[in-house]
Amino acid sequence: MNSLINIKNISKDFVSGDKLVQALKNIEISINSGELTMITGPSGCGKTTLLSIMSGILTPTTGEVIIEGQNITKLSDNKKIEFRRRNLGFIFQQFNLLTNLTAIENISIPLIADGVNQKIARLKAIEILEQIGMNEQIDKLPSEMSGGQQQRVSIARALIHEPKVIICDEPTSALDAKTGRNVMEVLKQNSLNENRAVIIVTHDYRIFEFANRIIEMDDGKIISDKSC
Amino acid sequence: MNLIALKILIGDRAKYIGLIFGIIFATFLMSQQMSLFVGIMSRTFSIVEQIDEVDIWVMDPKVQYIDGIEPIPDINLARVRGVDGVKRATKFFKGNVVAKVNSMLQMVTLIGPDDVSFIGAPQKMIMGNVADLKKPNAVIIDETGYKYIWPNEPFQINREFEANDQRMNLVGIADTVPAFSSPVLIYSLYSNAINYSGASRNKLSFVLVDVEDGKNAKEVAKNITKRTGLKALTAKEFKFETLKYYMTHTGIAINFGVTVMLGFLVGAAISGQTFYIFINENLRQFAVLKAVGVNNRQILLMVLLQALTVATIGYAIGIGLTSIFFIKVAASTATFKGFILPWQVVAIVFVAIISIMTIISFFSIRKVVATDPSLVFRN
Repeated sequence: MNSLINIKNISKDFVSGDKLVQALKNIEISINSGELTMITGPSGCGKTTLLSIMSGILTPTTGEVIIEGQNITKLSDNKKIEFRRRNLGFIFQQFNLLTNLTAIENISIPLIADGVNQKIARLKAIEILEQIGMNEQIDKLPSEMSGGQQQRVSIARALIHEPKVIICDEPTSALDAKTGRNVMEVLKQNSLNENRAVIIVTHDYRIFEFANRIIEMDDGKIISDKSC
Repeated sequence: MNLIALKILIGDRAKYIGLIFGIIFATFLMSQQMSLFVGIMSRTFSIVEQIDEVDIWVMDPKVQYIDGIEPIPDINLARVRGVDGVKRATKFFKGNVVAKVNSMLQMVTLIGPDDVSFIGAPQKMIMGNVADLKKPNAVIIDETGYKYIWPNEPFQINREFEANDQRMNLVGIADTVPAFSSPVLIYSLYSNAINYSGASRNKLSFVLVDVEDGKNAKEVAKNITKRTGLKALTAKEFKFETLKYYMTHTGIAINFGVTVMLGFLVGAAISGQTFYIFINENLRQFAVLKAVGVNNRQILLMVLLQALTVATIGYAIGIGLTSIFFIKVAASTATFKGFILPWQVVAIVFVAIISIMTIISFFSIRKVVATDPSLVFRN
């Protein structure tokens, strides 16, 4: 396994009213490809902030994030977006599917945004939907699907452009135990390979068994880092 | 990304319809009111415009517009004919008389074209013949005037009415654009018209001049003024002077201007507010797009496409409704005779609608561009 993500000395300060809040304090993590890493910890411990910085959505106060040799903290905003489009896939707690787009249209977004022809994007989306057993939901709107189905579409959207890193924010929190487990099986089975890392921020202890590594955070710091 | 932009737009049906309604309202109100304004203002000089064979109008120096007439002595006809470059000069009467129709008094505009050349007579007839004006007491009435005097009655000639105790015999109905000053236009030959108009020392309203071939009408008009002391304007100048008089001496332009501005502002307010709410409510979707790698340029193009789509559909329906108004409603009502939707109004309203949507898009785009994609991590 190779080190795919290197997080070096990341700190993030926010100003809240008159106070300076340190959301992250000198975080150092190295994540290998082929690894499914879960980041856990109490609310407000800095998990989502770390996830946002790893995605290039937030800029750290100090430190750098290097993904596959590319220091993304030094990229311009447009280059960060381009990097995200090509190298990262996202799965969110509330699925965040576009409400007026069908499953196949939602899944195609990352490819279309990258200028891929609509027909090719559609074919690729069908392929992924079949892979995750959702071929009957192709033309359904999010409102016509269950939570589990929506999250599986969200997984397909995260995978379609074959990114190096999949970033998941509480992917099972909005789902019941059985559906959550099912989603995690789909996620692990379809997204994890030797060239890709999956990072999941979660409170949901029921899914810890799917992790190769669990990082626990508290008060902006890593308090434990265990391989499973 | 275009399809995605359109799906986001159309998916929010209530706002989509609200947006289009705002643009339809603005387009219809602006184009209809502007066209009515153009129609009304073109009536102020319709008499000048319809006598298209005349190059120069000669009048008393005090005259500022076609309806404010100061008659001049007949001798001036000969003086004008004596000016270099004048090929033909003819008498023309225009005045208001009170006609008695069916025991009712009605103010009408009386037009008196030259007895011999018929210059100034109507060129298009609905019923009867212009040559019949030579018959005793013969008059021709315009279509709008006929419908005004005899509403809901079929066209019929050989009807009689009076003006200044003299009999008028209707020999024809003309297809002309009504005048601004009166809803009824009556044509009779010059010699008859001065009798109908009552006693006055000076009778001649205008001398209508045709210039010799190859001569410049403006130069000839200057010569006429120099030689006779009378005011001489080319037809184009006289139309403009008349229009300018009504624009500056009446509140018509202000009234229509206020309505058009209201259409612009209300349309902009309805569409602006709806589009802003639409964008605001879809910020999370834009944040998702940004998070998954859609850049600001693509987002900007998406918002512009949404605005342009709404503008185009709303504008097309609005202009369509205005066209229907002028084709169906206006054409069947004598009051609106000659009123059309000019292409210039179509173009001006298009620019106005695009301006509305550009302003609206500008504010909405700022909001979208400033949206933090980390919003997607918040629940």
